[in-house]
Amino acid sequence: MKSRTISRHFRESIKSIGRNSWMTVASVSAVTVTLLIVGVFIMIMMNLNKIATDLENDVEIKVLIDLEADQKAEDALQKQIKELSGVDSFKYSTKEEELNHLVKDFGEDLSLFKQSNPLRNVIYVKASDPQKTATVAEAIDKLDNTYEVLYGKGKIEKLFNFLNISRNVGIGLIVALLFTAMFLISNTIKITIVARRKEIEIMKLVGATNWFVRIPFILEGMWLGLLGSIIPITVVTISYVKLHSVLQPKLQGEMFQLLDVTPFIIQVDLLILIMGVFIGVWGSFMSVRKFLKV
Amino acid sequence: MIEMKNVYKKYPNGIVAANGLSIKFNQGEFAYIVGPSGAGKSTFIKMMYREERATSGDVIVNGMNLTTLKNKEIPYLRRQIGVVFQDFKLLPMLNVYENVAFALEVIEEQPATIRKRVMEVLDLVGLKHKARMFPNELSGGEQQRVSIARSIVNVPKVVIADEPTGNLDPETSWDIMNLFEEINARGTTIIMATHNKEIVNTIRRRVIAIEGGLIVRDENGGSYGYEI
Repeated sequence: MKSRTISRHFRESIKSIGRNSWMTVASVSAVTVTLLIVGVFIMIMMNLNKIATDLENDVEIKVLIDLEADQKAEDALQKQIKELSGVDSFKYSTKEEELNHLVKDFGEDLSLFKQSNPLRNVIYVKASDPQKTATVAEAIDKLDNTYEVLYGKGKIEKLFNFLNISRNVGIGLIVALLFTAMFLISNTIKITIVARRKEIEIMKLVGATNWFVRIPFILEGMWLGLLGSIIPITVVTISYVKLHSVLQPKLQGEMFQLLDVTPFIIQVDLLILIMGVFIGVWGSFMSVRKFLKV
Repeated sequence: MIEMKNVYKKYPNGIVAANGLSIKFNQGEFAYIVGPSGAGKSTFIKMMYREERATSGDVIVNGMNLTTLKNKEIPYLRRQIGVVFQDFKLLPMLNVYENVAFALEVIEEQPATIRKRVMEVLDLVGLKHKARMFPNELSGGEQQRVSIARSIVNVPKVVIADEPTGNLDPETSWDIMNLFEEINARGTTIIMATHNKEIVNTIRRRVIAIEGGLIVRDENGGSYGYEI
């Protein structure tokens, strides 16, 4: 295909958008509404997922070390923990540091205990997969010189269970929504092309090849997708920036945070754009196909 | 240049529209296809630009055998013949100029050549001054002239017309016929299915009568021969 033909197709596709203005309005608004719903939904789901991940990552194992363990034994224990499979990181904390934390959290009264510290030296362990915390904790419990291994047994299982269910429900909803969006948009585009089936037939009778007929329609679908993603992208971006600036200060220091505005919102915008264009192109391609057999 | 050998056409609904047609057209000829409705005139015409494919037999146009022609090659066949329809078949969203230019854009002609050729044929059919108008702003006769301009713009050897005056009043029909005669005078073969007795009897040319999917008469300078 010659380059002048390609530029001809671009010209025709843009002209056609203007000349079929009502069809354009119908398709673009269908694309706009669906992409808006999908965009807002993805924004919410991604943040819920972030919160879930934050909560999970907050789970750690607290290993209390035996009082009898000397420096050498503690070093050996740390080494053993380090070598356990499924351990992401660990942090050693002396009983003095532990007491300082308590004093900081609960007040100076507790500094009395500095005379005879009842606490133990501690190792904090994070599992590389938070969901496997219990397994890692059990493995640590079997090592020598551990007094007790704490990780919120019972509670974290419930939390993880809940987070897993909500994640799966979220993914299911997004997939269902995407299918609905595809169906809705390609249907609208199909209606606009069916109205022009005579045009396709005539072009074929005058000696146009299938691609010569198809390309302007596909380009038109692309423009419709682009036009239809403008409003969703604007709305999603502005509302997330607003939401973030209102909510984030209140979440300062909490266990979980919202996703940062960048790059998250840019990714969502790109996703909306790509979906719009893809659905437009795909919808046109599928709809024209039927009428080319002349 | 156009030849049919023992052509047979049966539609899926069981109707036999061509029952062993054999005929030959020479370059520069002007032929009418006449016959009652449902006799197989349209099928005869449609098989020549492969809107319909013959069930058996050979249809040969410019050396191409249309019975075995691949679907992919149909556009290249249609670029070699001009087709004029009863219902004009103009693109409603394109103006007169663009409708005619379309046939040249399809063959990826140079833009300068397209402009020149389109204006030439629009001049020939007398619609140069209406180049920017849209089909729905034109009369039936004018629309048919645009469609004729489109059919000849890439200088085909043959123009096939399926009842080109069927939707037009008598006076306009004569204008259209004059145009076809002029195109024929330049050496283009014209094959025209028609119901117009007056025209066939006045502009005497080769007449091929089809009945029940068979050629029942083929005479040069013949008459319409049917009472409507």
